[in-house]
Amino acid sequence: MERWKILLAGSLVGFFGVLLVKFGNPVNMGVCVACFVRDIAGALGMHRAEMVQYIRPEIAGFILGSFVIALFFKEFRPRGGSAPLIRFVLGFFLMTGALVFLGCPLRMILRLANGDLNALVGLFGFTAGIIAGIQFIKQGFSLGRSYSQTRVSGYLMPAFAIVLLMLLMAKPAFIFFSQKGPGSLHAPVALSLVAGLAIGAVLQRTRLCTAGGIRDAVLLKDFYLLWGLLAVFLVALLGNLLFNFGQFKLGFVGQPVAHSQHLWNFLGMFLAGTAAVMLGGCPLRQTILAGEGDIDAGVTVLGMLVGAAFSHNFGMAASAQGVSANAQIGVLIGIVVVFLIGLGVIAHNLGMHRKERIGIGS
Amino acid sequence: MAASLQVDARGRSCPEPVVMAKKAVDQGHNDFTVLVDSEGARENVSRFLRSQGLKVQVEMRDGEYVLRVNG
Repeated sequence: MERWKILLAGSLVGFFGVLLVKFGNPVNMGVCVACFVRDIAGALGMHRAEMVQYIRPEIAGFILGSFVIALFFKEFRPRGGSAPLIRFVLGFFLMTGALVFLGCPLRMILRLANGDLNALVGLFGFTAGIIAGIQFIKQGFSLGRSYSQTRVSGYLMPAFAIVLLMLLMAKPAFIFFSQKGPGSLHAPVALSLVAGLAIGAVLQRTRLCTAGGIRDAVLLKDFYLLWGLLAVFLVALLGNLLFNFGQFKLGFVGQPVAHSQHLWNFLGMFLAGTAAVMLGGCPLRQTILAGEGDIDAGVTVLGMLVGAAFSHNFGMAASAQGVSANAQIGVLIGIVVVFLIGLGVIAHNLGMHRKERIGIGS
Repeated sequence: MAASLQVDARGRSCPEPVVMAKKAVDQGHNDFTVLVDSEGARENVSRFLRSQGLKVQVEMRDGEYVLRVNG
């Protein structure tokens, strides 16, 4: 009944994933939230990795597309106050993991659709991380409820998106643009923006989420979102074979912006998967929520932005050359921190539950 | 009726509203209400409950949704 909607949404994402590569985005990076947030952090001078600095209009498009369509359908609802600092930290380390794998879960699907089998290892890690996150939820993990907030607070992330677009147009001297490397490769601004707006609007309506797809299938035997992910994969695969055939390559070695250190591909996405389940959604979903007034998701996106900057400043981001010692330590620290947060929250919630049962407190 | 279970899932991130509703079902409840305040949660919880063979009626009240569930 609703399945055609999610299939269409996934198809649209897969289609733009291919189209944006055709028109200039780096290979297998038609749409990648982690990569694009990292590029924005670089453009803003938050890190100085010269190869990955560009204000990606797609990200601004996700936020604004979601914002406008949510306003139109009266679903724009400023809300927040659910453990914002924990969400910031989870967003930060989600990024550490994603930048060791070299891509968000969406890019993982797009890489897979172009024959990059390293992404299959990433998918195993991501799924394992999601299963770990589900165990936390089953044990009582919850970041607590959010409450209605002032309307103006819901406008802040859309305003941030508009400022980013203005900086992209004006190109002031303090904004960095890569002269070579992935950051220098991009589709025309108008196309990137239109793609971002369309994806933002459609995903606001359909709630497509890469973490949610696997999570709901495992936890609830609900395959609704997973159908959308399958559509992303199939349409991107078909699109790559039809339009980018010269770049299609099945295997592990020599894949674009990727490495074959399996353990770290696995653990990087394990970290991302666990953090995404605790956050209630993948990086893409967080940007969509940030557009429709979810301030906690806005905080998460800012955590991702800062996380991306630290990843490069501390030499924790992987590259096609491989995974540095710093990156390995970063992922391990991330896993420890995320698990400690999970256990800390569960311990607190169990304590509250016990108090309620014996009638102390509210 | 007065003592029937009410699951307050307002303001919860995914997938908590569904997990809370599932808990009620697992405890054997088949006549209860679920409060949610987002369209996404309304869809997810309704889809889950209907997949369990339960009937769900949705009412909108002050920007929130009241899901009345019965077997």
